Amino acid sequence: MKRFTALLLVLLFLGLVGVVYGEDPKTAPPQAGAATQTVVPPATPAPLKVDPGDTAWVLISTALVMLMTPGLAFFYGGMVGRKNVLGVLMQCFTLLCIISIQWVLFGYSLAFGPGKGFWGGFDWIGLTGVGLEPYKDYAATIPHQAFMIYQAMFAVITPALIIGAFAERMKFSAFVFIMILWATFVYDPVCHWVWGVGGWLKEMGALDFAGGTVVHINAGIAALMMAIVIGKRKGIGHKAILPHNLPFTVLGTALLWFGWFGFNGGSALAANGLAVNAFVVTNTAAAAAGLTWGLLDWMFNEKPTMLGTVTGAVAGLVAITPAAGFVSALSAIIIGITVSIICFAAVAWIKPKFGYDDALDVFGVHCVGGIWGALATGLFASKAINPDGANGLFFGNPKQFLIQLVAVGVTVVYSVVVSFIIFKVVDLVMKVRVPEKDETLGLDLTQHHENAYTVME
Amino acid sequence: MKLIIAIIKPDRLEAVKQELYKADVNLMTVNEVLGHGRQMGVTEVYRGAKEMGNLLRKIRLEIAVNENFVEPTIKAILKGAQTGEVGDGKIFVLDLAECVRIRTEERGGVAIG
Repeated sequence: MKRFTALLLVLLFLGLVGVVYGEDPKTAPPQAGAATQTVVPPATPAPLKVDPGDTAWVLISTALVMLMTPGLAFFYGGMVGRKNVLGVLMQCFTLLCIISIQWVLFGYSLAFGPGKGFWGGFDWIGLTGVGLEPYKDYAATIPHQAFMIYQAMFAVITPALIIGAFAERMKFSAFVFIMILWATFVYDPVCHWVWGVGGWLKEMGALDFAGGTVVHINAGIAALMMAIVIGKRKGIGHKAILPHNLPFTVLGTALLWFGWFGFNGGSALAANGLAVNAFVVTNTAAAAAGLTWGLLDWMFNEKPTMLGTVTGAVAGLVAITPAAGFVSALSAIIIGITVSIICFAAVAWIKPKFGYDDALDVFGVHCVGGIWGALATGLFASKAINPDGANGLFFGNPKQFLIQLVAVGVTVVYSVVVSFIIFKVVDLVMKVRVPEKDETLGLDLTQHHENAYTVME
Repeated sequence: MKLIIAIIKPDRLEAVKQELYKADVNLMTVNEVLGHGRQMGVTEVYRGAKEMGNLLRKIRLEIAVNENFVEPTIKAILKGAQTGEVGDGKIFVLDLAECVRIRTEERGGVAIG
């Protein structure tokens, strides 16, 4: 049965490649032809010029964001028990592989295609028509494919964020199916609404610089839903499940922070002042939030902790994400301090009250922090920073705060409902949770037949 | 004086500890060990190379007790570690010739508790 499932999956992908490849000659001109087209003087509008500096920065940013997924794997991997660390690393790494293919085959078309409906449609399937010349509506100075591959890394890390919620208890085969469906039916549409041409939240004026709504709220709320539906880990409540390797978690955070310069700075899609602003506020907010969480630990738990400090830094990075292109460095400090206070409360007080087992606090950090970031954007945004943005409540525009609230609400409701349906459908077909015996032995041995650490040679 | 050695499943350690505390047994040494009895290990595969029947992780408890604590200790370990499945482990009881508390140089039964 297991082998059959795996085979089916491979065939499915191959089939899609076949379909896409079969369509190619009809619609897409050969790449070389497309490239020379820009050199030949066209009859109608002047060709868009590719800017080498902008292109270089976006490609570097793409590589930076790619590194965030393995970074996240170590951030999470350090926090789980040592019998489950490969399970977490494997899930993150597999997503890097799966979504990279999904994105090229049809994900990019669904998310950013020119359709104006529920999602972007199928016009750009298999990157048909997504060439090496700029596409004005997204980024006028870099090749369209540079924008596409940059966005691919966002599509990879968003489902990867959810992994922390159901860590240590999900069957690997079920994980693969849930994630393909989630990327296609949750990430791609929401991405289209907020960032796509003609996306309705974009046209309403919602501000989301680098993915607070699309990435963090979206993944964070899906994480809460899945943590509740899959149920608590075995033995939770009787004893704390201790992080098995906190240095991994610190290393992972460092890689996330490093990658986030590409995530936020690269979202300017150009090597310009806006990118620098995003870069500066990203660093500032992460620093303020890390420091604040450490201080809160000191106040409420007697000592400043390493895990607390890095958790705070991640919360700060999450909160500044939607705001990075619209706020000043001083606003970033305020956003950083406040997000740590709010997330600390969510993790330390709200989670125990409700008793759900969001194993690695994906909801408490990414959703709560993301919501605060999206709303803070509505408070602190300033046209003095980005004339293409808008003013927030504190700069005399209360309407922006309401728009932000609507965007958050829509994302939360849509993501919860569709994530729930996807989970239940896959659960009916193949049981999402591992048997109790496997959970006791750990996912490394039972799902992958490997051990992360030898006890003796 | 007896030395009680128990080999248990790793995830039963917390339950066994709680039962021991209830029986007023508070001193123990805990080790992580590898082994298997009737329960075979789990196959591992590294780049296609199979490792069959590998050893499983177990916890080894060592508890030194006076005679009147032997039965309560055994009962507590049974209560905490028993799941009814193969692989629950074993308890060994050994005679203990001497016990010295290093700090005070006390010997015998007083040094144990």
